[in-house]
Amino acid sequence: MMNIDLLSLSRELVAALEKSDDIGADAILDQIAGLRETQLFQELGRLTRQLHDTMVSFSIDAKISEFAEHDIPDAKERLHYVIAMTEQAANQTLTAIENLLPVSEELGSQADALSAKWGRFLDREMPLDEFKALSQEITLHFENSQVSLNQIHSGLTEILMAQGFQDITGQIIRRVIDLVQDLETSMVKLISISGRKSSIAKNLTAVHDELPGPVVPGVDDREGDVASSQVDVDDLLSSLGF
Amino acid sequence: MKILIVDDFSTMRRIIKNLLKDLGFTNTVEADDGKSALPILEKGGVDFLVTDWNMPGMTGIELLKAVRTNPDLANLPVLMVTAEAKREQIIMAAQAGVNGYVIKPFTAATLKEKIEKIFERIDG
Repeated sequence: MMNIDLLSLSRELVAALEKSDDIGADAILDQIAGLRETQLFQELGRLTRQLHDTMVSFSIDAKISEFAEHDIPDAKERLHYVIAMTEQAANQTLTAIENLLPVSEELGSQADALSAKWGRFLDREMPLDEFKALSQEITLHFENSQVSLNQIHSGLTEILMAQGFQDITGQIIRRVIDLVQDLETSMVKLISISGRKSSIAKNLTAVHDELPGPVVPGVDDREGDVASSQVDVDDLLSSLGF
Repeated sequence: MKILIVDDFSTMRRIIKNLLKDLGFTNTVEADDGKSALPILEKGGVDFLVTDWNMPGMTGIELLKAVRTNPDLANLPVLMVTAEAKREQIIMAAQAGVNGYVIKPFTAATLKEKIEKIFERIDG
């Protein structure tokens, strides 16, 4: 289009010059210059857009390298911590159960033995000497029961506390899912920029959780700005007058 | 003594509920975030609040602030049980008027100690 305009204007210019029409020739020259300027601006516009896209893709590149250098290794550490926590919880639970099963078995067999003897006593089949021994056994059984039931209670509490892993690991996994979503969004943006369709990525912005969440050792405690134990928390609070 | 337990993880609510039962507190109610906790508190009758921090909808710190600005609830003892462990967060909770702060994972003994400490202060 531009070239056709230029060609016809040039022809008009030659015609005007041949007719010695100076005013007409000047006007045509102005038109040609205007045409050149428009072309220049269009080219400038194209270059600006290209520069902008390149800058955007650079910043996404930087974000992706941030993912690669920092966030992905962090996520790996977090997931390793999840494995460690779930393993610890499972072991804590299994150990408690392994300790408790013999205790309850022992209690059961003691009760069975006593119950059989008690039956004989009720049926008046027990001589006095044997009954005296039975009374002592019963006293001993009550004492043992108290010790055993305390053991069972503390074991059950241990099993109860071990289930806390579900909350902590749930929070950590949620964070890793957010990270994967972020990474996906950046990848889609990068792909759409190279395909010059930057509108696709807009719907994919991940929802961010602003709170720092559970402390993963080796990941979140590098800066030294977290309380690593309940003792730390208590010290901090008491320094605040608690 | 009626205690409200607020946590978005139902497993954690069950753990705290059972620990409290063990300590002799059998009257508990539950909520899964600040938004559902506040109406329960406003209805009255709750003597003690145990809350997580990080919850969808309304967080524990927002709930704590709402409690302290409500004249009917301003003196309600609040224990925070949370995985949030940044020093600035603990300070923020202290400034918002928390009565105790326990970080997860915690032990039964820690929870017991903090609760007893809070009640000692109230009684004394």
